[in-house]
Amino acid sequence: MFEVTSEPLSIEEISKKVVRPEAGAVVTFTGTVREFTKGKRTLYLTYEAYASMAEKQLTRIGDEIKERWPEAVTAISHRTGKLGISDIAVVIAVSTPHRKDAYEANEYAIERIKQIVPIWKKEKWEDGEEWIGDQLEKSAGIPDKEEIR
Amino acid sequence: MIKVNCFAHLKEQAGGNHIHIDRKEMSVKELLQEVQEKYHIQTDSVLVAINEEYAFPDDQVTEYDTVALIPPVSGG
Repeated sequence: MFEVTSEPLSIEEISKKVVRPEAGAVVTFTGTVREFTKGKRTLYLTYEAYASMAEKQLTRIGDEIKERWPEAVTAISHRTGKLGISDIAVVIAVSTPHRKDAYEANEYAIERIKQIVPIWKKEKWEDGEEWIGDQLEKSAGIPDKEEIR
Repeated sequence: MIKVNCFAHLKEQAGGNHIHIDRKEMSVKELLQEVQEKYHIQTDSVLVAINEEYAFPDDQVTEYDTVALIPPVSGG
């Protein structure tokens, strides 16, 4: 249910993993490679992962969702390697009996991915390249104690 | 000898996938200090993972652990 892979991601396949009779809602989030960020053009991205730990942390996010939304079932796949514009980097599928929980749990999952999952992207622009640090909308880029334990 | 795995820009700064610290055991805090002094890697926002779990500054690292430096993540 939680994987890091260098293969292209299929929204359909990942979404199917959480479909079940008890669910009345499946929310699927797809993260894609954006061409322009603050006016700067991205040519492609390269994602690197500490794969074994990343899968553990994704599983942990699934456990956290279970604690908060006991009826939710979650599947997350994150891609690594070189990705072009509009390629899919991450797919998160959450199913719940009712839609509100699925929307909330899905958003929770992507926020947590950006905090604790050891995956990094390198942006390649027309005039250079750079590893990107945290993209959380707060000052510190590292998880605090409450976030990691 | 403690083997420390490096990722993203730390890999480039370390000049390879991992670095070695010539100690049998040390705290996470000491490890980060040594990495900063010996390899001139800025470790202010770097976390340490021991056996694939995030560690605290006072946790102990031994040469039998799987150790990694985790810079701020940017997945998603």
